[in-house]
Amino acid sequence: MRVLVPVKRVLDYNVKPRVKADGSGVDLANVKMSMNPFDEIAVEEAIRLKDKGVTEIVVVSIGEQKAQETLRTALAMGADRAILIVTEDKVEPLGVAKLLAKIVEEEKPDLVILGKQAIDDDNNQTGQMLAGLLGVGQATFASKVELGADSVTVTREVDGGSETETLKLPAIITVDLRLNEPRYASLPNIMKAKSKPLAQKTAADYGVDVSPRLTTLKVVEPAKRSAGIKVADVDELVAKLKSMGVAK
Amino acid sequence: MKTLVWVEHDGTSVKDATLSTVTAASKLGEVHLLVAGHGVGAVAEAAAKIAGVGKVHVADDAAYAHALAENVAPLVAKLMESHDAFLVPATTNGKNIAPRVAALLDVMQISDILSVESEDTFTRPIYAGNAIATVQTKDAKKVISVRGTAFEKVATEGGSGTIEAVDTTGDAGVSTYVGSEIAASERPELTSAKIIVSGGRALGSSEQFHTLIDPLADKLGAGVGASRAAVDAGYAPNDYQVGQTGKIVAPEVYVAVGISGAIQHLAGMKDSKVIVAINKDEDAPIFQVADFGLVGDLFKLVPELTEKL
Ligand SMILES: Cc1cc2nc3c(=O)[nH]c(=O)nc-3n(C[C@H](O)[C@H](O)[C@H](O)COP(=O)(O)OP(=O)(O)OC[C@H]3O[C@@H](n4cnc5c(N)ncnc54)[C@H](O)[C@@H]3O)c2cc1C
Ligand SMILES: Nc1ncnc2c1ncn2[C@@H]1O[C@H](COP(=O)(O)O)[C@@H](O)[C@H]1O
Repeated sequence: MRVLVPVKRVLDYNVKPRVKADGSGVDLANVKMSMNPFDEIAVEEAIRLKDKGVTEIVVVSIGEQKAQETLRTALAMGADRAILIVTEDKVEPLGVAKLLAKIVEEEKPDLVILGKQAIDDDNNQTGQMLAGLLGVGQATFASKVELGADSVTVTREVDGGSETETLKLPAIITVDLRLNEPRYASLPNIMKAKSKPLAQKTAADYGVDVSPRLTTLKVVEPAKRSAGIKVADVDELVAKLKSMGVAK
Repeated sequence: MKTLVWVEHDGTSVKDATLSTVTAASKLGEVHLLVAGHGVGAVAEAAAKIAGVGKVHVADDAAYAHALAENVAPLVAKLMESHDAFLVPATTNGKNIAPRVAALLDVMQISDILSVESEDTFTRPIYAGNAIATVQTKDAKKVISVRGTAFEKVATEGGSGTIEAVDTTGDAGVSTYVGSEIAASERPELTSAKIIVSGGRALGSSEQFHTLIDPLADKLGAGVGASRAAVDAGYAPNDYQVGQTGKIVAPEVYVAVGISGAIQHLAGMKDSKVIVAINKDEDAPIFQVADFGLVGDLFKLVPELTEKL
């Protein structure tokens, strides 16, 4: 069984994003970039499924040349080979989903496991779009994955609790935070990953129009909250709450 | 413009998240609703009473019973032949369905809008709310998810929508609902609670979480939330999680107990009117957004607070 895992290179989650003064976006020059945290979980899940009939894991990224690093990280974790679709332009989830659909046609994976959202644009769309384009089943926000011979049963985190669905293969899964704890790549595996295959492509190779549909007119910082006061003790807090009418 | 709003419901009543989505839709044009489910007559009746709605399209079929995106998306795509915009609340259902619809319509979805600037221009948070983008779409049809806390809720009464049955598009045959575990709670739902008390990793155990946080929440008539760390450690169920990847809340008062204030947590609660924080570390980032900060040991302070309220 083959699993495809799309991974995105994003601003590291520990870095505080800084909005550019000219309002054109968030400053990504000279800041730490990493694999989208949800995608690490997706890669980890694919690796864990290797005991359950998965024989090959293909990771794919759409982005600038530097996304190679992200793919190498996935290879070091345990993925088998990588595809980089190089583009200097920003590709929106719809465009990403269209490119992934082409890769699915070529590679015929049984499962595609994605992150539930990329933490830069917080769109939460790509997996669902891919499933829609392919006309296959989708299980979003996965917190448990049980792979069968021709189906997969997924528990999903939903408002109010959890829900379980069974999908026919091939199927699309997007992962939530509690599915697993991604491993760190060991040094020997990082070395080994350097010789694993990484194919380079362009959007044109797939004949897909990925021109953006949205124009970002401006990006600003949100209204700042000013820090309030420290209260001395519980009595003072109770008094504050009472004066606001929160407590009687 | 004619809009179609996804009605979020539990089979018997309309969920609050629908009401703010109707407000957003009404800024674009005429508001039609879609009630999809199985045996949803009562929901449709209630939906028709929502202030300002026109047609209520009702798709009543076993295929829609659990809002499986594979079955619902083709239904919405068909209805979109006669509508210009599809809006969902940014609930887990909304997030699951809308992008699939967008793909079927070949449009780029606009996620989690905070405001409607014009027919084609919206604001939305990016980078966990650390930046707000104004985006304009070139797509003729629009697919939009709406952040509930950013729009007022319309009244649940006063409308006189006309109910119209729509034909089923059937079962896509690729997915089956197996079951769900939905926690029944007496407490107000997080996304509509006026007051929320949230606990963090510092609570130390599920037992302490409940013996400290629950009574305080009871005193305040509050909903209960948690940080991701508290949820991951099993102190609280997953649907309590507030933050970038959990629930987005904006109550009148948010009380953060033993929560450090990581940006991913702040993303979910920093639009609360008043923030109260209890933390033993006076430099904890949560104090940078708190209106009232109380420095000290929560195991001493929380019981005292509960008692004095
Ligand atoms: C992709 C991604 C998404 C995420 N999404 C979310 C999200 O949606 N929501 C979320 O909350 N987090 C999220 N996180 C996690 C986030 O980064 C933090 O790790 C998390 O919020 C920390 O939780 P905490 O504040 O409870 O724990 P900690 O950071 O460990 O803080 C505990 C706090 O309790 C205080 N404390 C300890 N003992 C006491 C005591 N006795 N009395 C008083 N105070 C005490 C400490 O001073 C400390 O400030 C996400 C992370 C990633 C990578
Ligand atoms: N440029 C990209 N390259 C590879 N995978 C991507 C890309 N953009 C999004 N994805 C995948 O889609 C998921 C959801 O992203 P999004 O819909 O942008 O929030 C991510 O977690 C990735 O798995």
